[in-house]
Amino acid sequence: MGNQDIALMAHLMRRAGFGGTREELEARVAKGYEATVEELINPVDEPALDRIEMMRYHPWTWRPGTLPGMGAGEWIHDLLNTKRPLEEKMSLFWHQIFATGVSKIDHYDDVMDMIVKFRKGGMGSYKDLLLEMAKDPAMIYWLDNNENHRDAVNENWGRELLELFSLGVGSYTEVDVRECSRSFTGWTIQPKLPRGPVGRFDWFFQYKADDHDENEKTFLGETGNWNGEDIINIICQQPATANFIARHLYNFFVADEAQVPAWPVTPPRDQDAIDLLADTFIESNYNMQSVLRVLFNSDFFKEARFTRLKSPAEVVIGTLKMVGGAEFPAPGIGDLARQPSYMGQDLLNPPSVEGWHTGAEWINSGSLMRRVNFVADLVGDVGRPGIQALVARLKEQGVRNGEQLVDGSLDLLGPLEVNQESRTELIEFANEKGEYKWDTEEDLRISSQRVSELLQLIVSLREYQYA
Amino acid sequence: MTSSHKDPVLVVLQLTGGNDYLNTVIPYADPLYRDNRPIVGIPEGKELRLDDKTALHPTMGPIKALYEQGALGIIHGVGYPDSPRSHFRSMDIWHTCEPDKLGTEGWLGRATRDIDPNKENVLTTVSFGPSLFRALAMPGVPVACVDDLESYGLLPGITEQQQREKILGRFSRLYSPVMGSSAVMDYLGQTGLDTLEGAHILKEAPATYRSSVEYPDTTIAAKLRGISQVHQANLGTRILYCDHGSFDSHSNQWGMHDKLWTDVSEAVSCFFEDLRENNAADNVVMLMFTEFGRRVHDNGSGTDHGAGGVAFVVGDPIKGGQYSEFPSLASQDLEQGDVVPNHDFRGLYSTLLEDWMKLDAKPIVEGTFEKLAFIA
Repeated sequence: MGNQDIALMAHLMRRAGFGGTREELEARVAKGYEATVEELINPVDEPALDRIEMMRYHPWTWRPGTLPGMGAGEWIHDLLNTKRPLEEKMSLFWHQIFATGVSKIDHYDDVMDMIVKFRKGGMGSYKDLLLEMAKDPAMIYWLDNNENHRDAVNENWGRELLELFSLGVGSYTEVDVRECSRSFTGWTIQPKLPRGPVGRFDWFFQYKADDHDENEKTFLGETGNWNGEDIINIICQQPATANFIARHLYNFFVADEAQVPAWPVTPPRDQDAIDLLADTFIESNYNMQSVLRVLFNSDFFKEARFTRLKSPAEVVIGTLKMVGGAEFPAPGIGDLARQPSYMGQDLLNPPSVEGWHTGAEWINSGSLMRRVNFVADLVGDVGRPGIQALVARLKEQGVRNGEQLVDGSLDLLGPLEVNQESRTELIEFANEKGEYKWDTEEDLRISSQRVSELLQLIVSLREYQYA
Repeated sequence: MTSSHKDPVLVVLQLTGGNDYLNTVIPYADPLYRDNRPIVGIPEGKELRLDDKTALHPTMGPIKALYEQGALGIIHGVGYPDSPRSHFRSMDIWHTCEPDKLGTEGWLGRATRDIDPNKENVLTTVSFGPSLFRALAMPGVPVACVDDLESYGLLPGITEQQQREKILGRFSRLYSPVMGSSAVMDYLGQTGLDTLEGAHILKEAPATYRSSVEYPDTTIAAKLRGISQVHQANLGTRILYCDHGSFDSHSNQWGMHDKLWTDVSEAVSCFFEDLRENNAADNVVMLMFTEFGRRVHDNGSGTDHGAGGVAFVVGDPIKGGQYSEFPSLASQDLEQGDVVPNHDFRGLYSTLLEDWMKLDAKPIVEGTFEKLAFIA
């Protein structure tokens, strides 16, 4: 098994999932790259989550209602333990686009229901997903479509649908916003039952024909008595939509792009890649699976190693998968659920409908500090199974000096690529206390401790912030 | 050090989400206000009157007190031509002063560069919040981003002090610039080094802070209290930034807008009381701005995205009063249902930069714009 195969598989799994242990990567390399891609986009084998088991250990994670700060517990568990990594990664992808938050919804359950929809339909038809979002109670409330009436149009959903969920700024006019909003009048949520002793009742979509504007509308040049479905049909046919989704996919899976508001004025990093993804999107009738297959098998993807900065969710989940010990039914899931928020990504609670700014904008002095501190604490814990396995491999390799240790550790942690100056610095550090010995219990204890100190320094490197 | 503790200081409070101009500074005597706000209008008699034309939102009592002390300037009709009515594009424009193309440099990032061109102080500009506002972004310019002053520090998990010092020494070398690396690598490197240095200095700030003012238990009060602590620690900080929101009141505007302005008014009032008590108010000016005002006519329970808005300047160095003019609400004067801005926000920025911060505004806001005479 070549080291390049492992490096490529590690890249695929970091992007299409949240990384994996060395054992998992080796098993996947044995299956082959294309076969792994197929398995990722057709996850048929195992259920993502055993709900009954979860209820036994963490009953509060099921429909946590308004439990402050804890609501992402169930999702964090899924992200960490899923056997269908791409399915979860796509949920995160869509959550970053259809960004909806408890700051306004005031109820985790409704936002989690969206995540469940992303999980089920996130690799299916984009058009179906868009329609589902138009009918999603949390989305309707988030963007005030329940206040969008025949006689009093509210433009919030109508505008964001065009600006942030499909066409992008510059591909529609203010008149289109108005006409789009009129077409969605009457798309609302059922009147709620009063809040019960155990919390709020669920919301359900309702179409009120008598509150729908039945007059003619002209949207993107097409005139008719449009309803919401017609608008979504027209939107999907626009090349701008295919381009918009392609750029999102590229930014999320391939390499850091300019931020969304800049797209009308900033050309893509790789126009050919965008064209290929956009064409596949249209030819496949908006089928995300087909687009993802093309993406992961493309050269531009394979050559894009370490060209994006990890999102906080990727830092937290990826590191936990690497060090192990947080698998089901480990305690402390509420604490883990809050970790990404400390780094600037409060899951289920994006700062606004725009979602999070990505790439270098994840990084500032405060968030960098949080990232470094969180990861360093974890790899410094020699009791973690992932760290023990790593130490066992280094021992097996017969590591004696700093150079061997640094190269072995960088390989097992990624493989990570660092520049020559950093490598030299790390080797100096690793050599500070002489040779590594593994013969006695005491040797093993001391060497493990020294390995964990080196690991803390490695994960503090700038290079570790890249996926 | 590039500054002493009595150099001018600018505090920015960003009201994120598009604060509704007409219900914040109310043209209560204008019958068009009543006509356009049948649902969300502030009922006559509830508003806090400033003169025979304008009034403040009923929850803004503490702000009205600042106005009466002559420490509050109201900047009417602020904005820029052709508002895109998108939160993100609008905020970008306010942050970068680039209405026509995409800007990556923030106006206060540039100001920070000009205040401290040799990067002698990593705390010249301090931001309170989980993300770095684009207004503060500027390649190569350090900005400290703080969410919690008390726990600000690198690798606290390594408790053995000598070992920690050693590792932090390595860390600082590993983050130093290297030939041939990318812009993002350089950014990460500089951020890491600035974090290390900033943490070292900042952790002293809460220890020396004394105040008898009890801030309310709200997020905005916590941020302004943090800003007060940093300012009073005399670390040479000249620009401090935070935000509050969301002011995006498409629906249920009554309760939402009330709560927002209750919290902001109380927090701002406590902040200035705290500074005055500690003889630290005479060199502080605060700017409160939002990305756009909201539509003139309400939509049934709220207001949609608009164009012209209102900004405030607060502090003892301010000549209190009202600046620019309240734009006309007459339907023929509206643009797509919105009031037309009559003061370019870059003029407001220019006044703050030149007349307060003593910087050359032209290269920062990219042009010359009409200034206002609100600095005493």
